[in-house]
Amino acid sequence: MAEIALTAMAHSYEKEPAGPEDYAIRQLDHVWEKGGAYALLGPSGCGKSTMLNIISGLLAPSEGQVLFDGKPVNHLSPRERNIAQVFQFPVVYDSMTVFDNLAFPLRNSGLPKAKIRERVNEIAEVLELEPLLHRKARNLTADEKQKVSMGRGLVREDVSAILFDEPLTVIDPQLKWKLRRKLKQIHEQFDITMIYVTHDQLEASTFADRIAVMYEGRIVQFGTPTELFENPNHTFVGFFIGSPGMNLIDVTRCPGGVQFGNTRFPLSEGVMKRLAETGSDNLRLGIRPEFIELTEPNPDSCPAIVEDVEDLGTYQILTAQLEGQGLKVRLSEDIQVERKQVVHLHFPARWLKLYVDEFLVEASP
Amino acid sequence: MSKIPDNRAWWLVLPVLLLVAFSALVPLMTVVNYSVQDIFGPGNAYYVGTEWFRDVLRDERLQASLLRQFGFSAAVLAIEIPLGIGIALMMPKGGIRASLCLILLAIPLLIPWNVVGTIWQIFARGDIGLFGWGLNQLGFNYNYTGDPVDAWLTVLLMDVWHWTPLVALLCYSGLRAIPEAFYQAAEIDRASRWAVFRYIQLPRLKNVLVIAVLLRFMDSFMIYTEPFVLTGGGPGSSTTFLSQTLTTMAVGQFDLGRAAAFSLVYFLIVLLVSWLFFTAITHMDKER
Repeated sequence: MAEIALTAMAHSYEKEPAGPEDYAIRQLDHVWEKGGAYALLGPSGCGKSTMLNIISGLLAPSEGQVLFDGKPVNHLSPRERNIAQVFQFPVVYDSMTVFDNLAFPLRNSGLPKAKIRERVNEIAEVLELEPLLHRKARNLTADEKQKVSMGRGLVREDVSAILFDEPLTVIDPQLKWKLRRKLKQIHEQFDITMIYVTHDQLEASTFADRIAVMYEGRIVQFGTPTELFENPNHTFVGFFIGSPGMNLIDVTRCPGGVQFGNTRFPLSEGVMKRLAETGSDNLRLGIRPEFIELTEPNPDSCPAIVEDVEDLGTYQILTAQLEGQGLKVRLSEDIQVERKQVVHLHFPARWLKLYVDEFLVEASP
Repeated sequence: MSKIPDNRAWWLVLPVLLLVAFSALVPLMTVVNYSVQDIFGPGNAYYVGTEWFRDVLRDERLQASLLRQFGFSAAVLAIEIPLGIGIALMMPKGGIRASLCLILLAIPLLIPWNVVGTIWQIFARGDIGLFGWGLNQLGFNYNYTGDPVDAWLTVLLMDVWHWTPLVALLCYSGLRAIPEAFYQAAEIDRASRWAVFRYIQLPRLKNVLVIAVLLRFMDSFMIYTEPFVLTGGGPGSSTTFLSQTLTTMAVGQFDLGRAAAFSLVYFLIVLLVSWLFFTAITHMDKER
């Protein structure tokens, strides 16, 4: 087990990167603490897998350092770093049995036979692979192969960390949920540093204690699922986390706050002070659909026209037009709303977030 | 769409039937026909039943030749298959150096067989051939025209030079088809170089190896031109392989019945051994 730190690390697949857009990972510093369960969340092509391969040592970063427990490991191979990694698509050694597949990493480390048997049986039990142990790996289904792949990562006891690169992509939804729980259990049981790459927020939040959201080669926010939900640091986090994502409205400055069309949103003094410090006109106001409220008409409410109502079983999603701006509102099932109806929306001040140049502006403490 | 039964459709099979008949059945049946008759001249043939077959199987000269042939094919496979795999493993993975290697490897394969024989006949001569002369200079008493062991080794070396590239090329293509993910997983699993070969590369080379083994077995079992040009089957009959014995019988002695019976036995041996190889390799790691 190890603490993994990245210092001034950047990576480009180009030989001579000309600008920031040539970087798969832009320069960043980050620490994955010992024994944590982390998720690395982001859309395809944001640099998640690159980051994972740099940590495991399959890829050498073009700039900066990777430190394991404070020791630089840039020049060390995955073997020397003692890292386990599970890939997106199952890799099984198909001429071997399931048992031999699981035993392979242990045999390579020269463990005694009895110990290998014990570990393999333990992991096979956790992953429910016992009935398959003596089958050839080639005849397994995709699900089973991926479980074997995962098993090979989990079977080693002494690893620095286990990295998962979207390991549940090929697995059907029922089993997905079960395996995610298993991973969580394994983490609690063995207390190993785990980093889990995914583009599925639900997967990330069920597995991880803390989530790093990646966007365009940067970690834009690192926090607990609640922090990401309640206080998105970047418009991308607001948009990407949550279903549907945060409402983002382009606004302009006005005395005492910001405005959108004829609607004014007052802001706290602290935020106004910070806003005054920046010269940028790229201002956006964000509020999650969950936090917009329906009220009786009053001086603070804004009238909007309901465009569409989607009933999703346990809740409903309203699409409303406010001066030409589409807004999503999440409502509980029991509120009756019709299309074309005029509703009055209330935006609670504590959930209104101001973004300047896509980053959150908070009142200085 | 409803189906209309019409037996005239069977005529459509005719072209294939004709093709197979002319390419395989008719020539083969001619040989079968010869093998059961004693032919003295046109219109003067007698049915002799299985006499030629019994005769051929008891012929000591043929038995010796068959044994030599098996020895030669076994040696060819034992050297060329591992060597070919080894060369393929050492070749660069891509770029200009890989192309260069491929061209260099392909050269022996492009040379006509009798030219290969001629090249080695000169190359291995003790007086003017670089190889033979060199060996003699190094103190070896090497003479492929006089010493049966030297002759044998020279024929073997020639075959290895000529055909190992084929095995290497086949294996190289097989290796390139292995996805990078397997090597990454092996690296993560801390597999040794040997474990990577044994558990990743070799199992995935199986299909090309079936082809390589079958091709090299069949070709080496039917070898004719190269030893014929190089040693003429000598000294004595030490490098006289089956096909040369057969040719001597059929063309030299015009012993058609016996030669036909021999051909059929020859054909059946090739078929049988190829089938054995194929079955053995494809069943190697089936589910127990």
